[in-house]
Amino acid sequence: MALLARKAPALLPASTSSAVKHMIYEDSHFAMQNSLAKMIKEKINPNVAQWEKSGRYPAHYVFKMLGQLGVFAVNKPVEFGGTGRDFSMSIAVAEQIGAVDCGSIPMSVMVQTDMSTPALAQFGSDFLRNRFLRPSMNGDLVSSIAVSEPHAGSDVSAIRTYARRYGTDLIINGSKMWITNGDQADWACVLVNTSNEKNLHKNKSLICIPLDTPGVHRSTPLDKLGMRSSDTVQLFFEDVRVPSSYIIGEEGRGFSYQMKQFNDERLVTVAVGLLPLQKCINETIEYARERSIFGKTLLDQQYVQFRLAELEAELEATRSLLYRTVLARCQDEDVSMLTAMAKLKIGRLARKVTDQCLQIWGGAGYLNDNGISRAFRDFRIFSIGAGCDEVMMQIIHKTQSKRQQQKSI
Amino acid sequence: MKILVGVKRVVDYAVKIRVKPDRSGVVTEGVQHSMNPFDEIALEEAVKLKEKKLATEVVAFSLGGPKSAEVLRTALAKGADKAIHVQVSDDEAGKLESFHVAKTLQKIVEQEKFDAVFLGKQAIDDDSSQTAPILAGLLDWPQALYASKVEEGGSGHMKVTREIDGGLDTIKVKVPFVLSADLRLNEPRYATLPNIMKAKKKPLKNIPIKDLGVDITPQTETVEVTEPPVRKAGGFVEDVSALVAKLKEKGFVKA
Repeated sequence: MALLARKAPALLPASTSSAVKHMIYEDSHFAMQNSLAKMIKEKINPNVAQWEKSGRYPAHYVFKMLGQLGVFAVNKPVEFGGTGRDFSMSIAVAEQIGAVDCGSIPMSVMVQTDMSTPALAQFGSDFLRNRFLRPSMNGDLVSSIAVSEPHAGSDVSAIRTYARRYGTDLIINGSKMWITNGDQADWACVLVNTSNEKNLHKNKSLICIPLDTPGVHRSTPLDKLGMRSSDTVQLFFEDVRVPSSYIIGEEGRGFSYQMKQFNDERLVTVAVGLLPLQKCINETIEYARERSIFGKTLLDQQYVQFRLAELEAELEATRSLLYRTVLARCQDEDVSMLTAMAKLKIGRLARKVTDQCLQIWGGAGYLNDNGISRAFRDFRIFSIGAGCDEVMMQIIHKTQSKRQQQKSI
Repeated sequence: MKILVGVKRVVDYAVKIRVKPDRSGVVTEGVQHSMNPFDEIALEEAVKLKEKKLATEVVAFSLGGPKSAEVLRTALAKGADKAIHVQVSDDEAGKLESFHVAKTLQKIVEQEKFDAVFLGKQAIDDDSSQTAPILAGLLDWPQALYASKVEEGGSGHMKVTREIDGGLDTIKVKVPFVLSADLRLNEPRYATLPNIMKAKKKPLKNIPIKDLGVDITPQTETVEVTEPPVRKAGGFVEDVSALVAKLKEKGFVKA
């Protein structure tokens, strides 16, 4: 971010180790964050402005570097080249990936760490895990998650892409929308209707589809408000033939696998948002301290102080909620409601922080080479992607109303 | 060849250094620290030599306060086999001098037989550049300072290229020897997650400084530490001739 490059502040790890016991992190988490912070500062951030301008970043090049560090292998099984850490390490990594000076690359990376691969890692056959998971963990392959369709976003059960059997093969037809990494990806984890079963939660399967299979077509990258260096496409499947052994786990369980996969996706989305929002606040303080107005600095204005103070408090509350949720998740508690709350908060807060900070920057914040304007564009997605705010509120309400019902009985 | 590598915990190079209000030193509390970058390069070279089978064991060493254990863990994650932490208090650590570090290294080398000591050419906090030459003197070993390339030299020697003013100086040193690493020797690797996890299980030995009998009484007194002078604002001149006159007046242009 130009905003951040201005003063070249120390690129601190997302969390700093201290004598005080951290809620979910230990020394190894901090060590990993330090190493990742260094790589981002030295190898990724110097290129971000150029990649953002050109509307594309070299995913294979960046994935290979991050793959060597172990970013894609964090909580994956050791037998297939993973490091077998628990979910808290995934969160530590996601938090640190937020140090990249744009929203695009973190999102692209998170697709592979926690969206396209968790179901494969947990339920996939050994054959599938060797074929797709192992090279994805090394960073040799780039993947996408393909669930949404032009007419089925939040309502996942309404998807229409279907597969019919042809001997031991599947022939797939349909289309998938909002596919991050879609132009560069080698394979995608695709949710497909695989039977005529009437129950829409039991007729779907997750399938690994190599994107060089005949019949797979990709649209030209979609022109978006933000996330400019990330390639987002629509995928079309026209009689795409893959072996039925490419189905992840049990046929018909795709919907429930995907719902499980969604929870982790949401938590890493929260984690990846913390550092960029903190940077927005920090850089705004620095700017306001320097900018003089009516004989004082901007930071001397109580109105500015109160705004920044409140944003800081809300960000800390969201961070704490994330850690509490991860703690519960690591003890195998059902964290759907907590996850939805944290995701709702980061989405709302991303809009608030970027909007209010940009306002303090004034005209300077409206310029494209200023990081605050990139943050303003990029992080608007947090209220939409990985389950929109409204879906999060639905989940929260479902749980709260159930709780009250049980109480009243 | 068994190599001892010195790694120092210093304030991270990206941190904007601030002087303490009482001018007794710089602020180190709550500030990001990391391994001295030149020590990282020295470590990388030792690990590379081990990978090329030219070295058998790499041991990381740090003399410092409790938190120096963090840089030793990093060294273990980057390929060191073992680590030795010679412990002093944070207060003592702030007053250590190159001579104390060299003395401590000498003791360690004498206790466990090493064939080489690799150090950074300087630490980015005090910029002394003294530890390597003092240690070579104390041990009476040859020194290869400011190394930019390290190769096998044949018959118990190493061939080392050094960056000097105006060119490259290639020397042959007899093992055992002391080496200090310059910036362009190599590009240090990043610690990977699998190696960070493995590092937790590698041995890290703690030795209180008093067990070595090294006297760390300061020989230098810091009188005052001050911020560099702030650049003064410039002035405007009317036209080119006024500018030239001004430059002549200041002595920047010969009259």
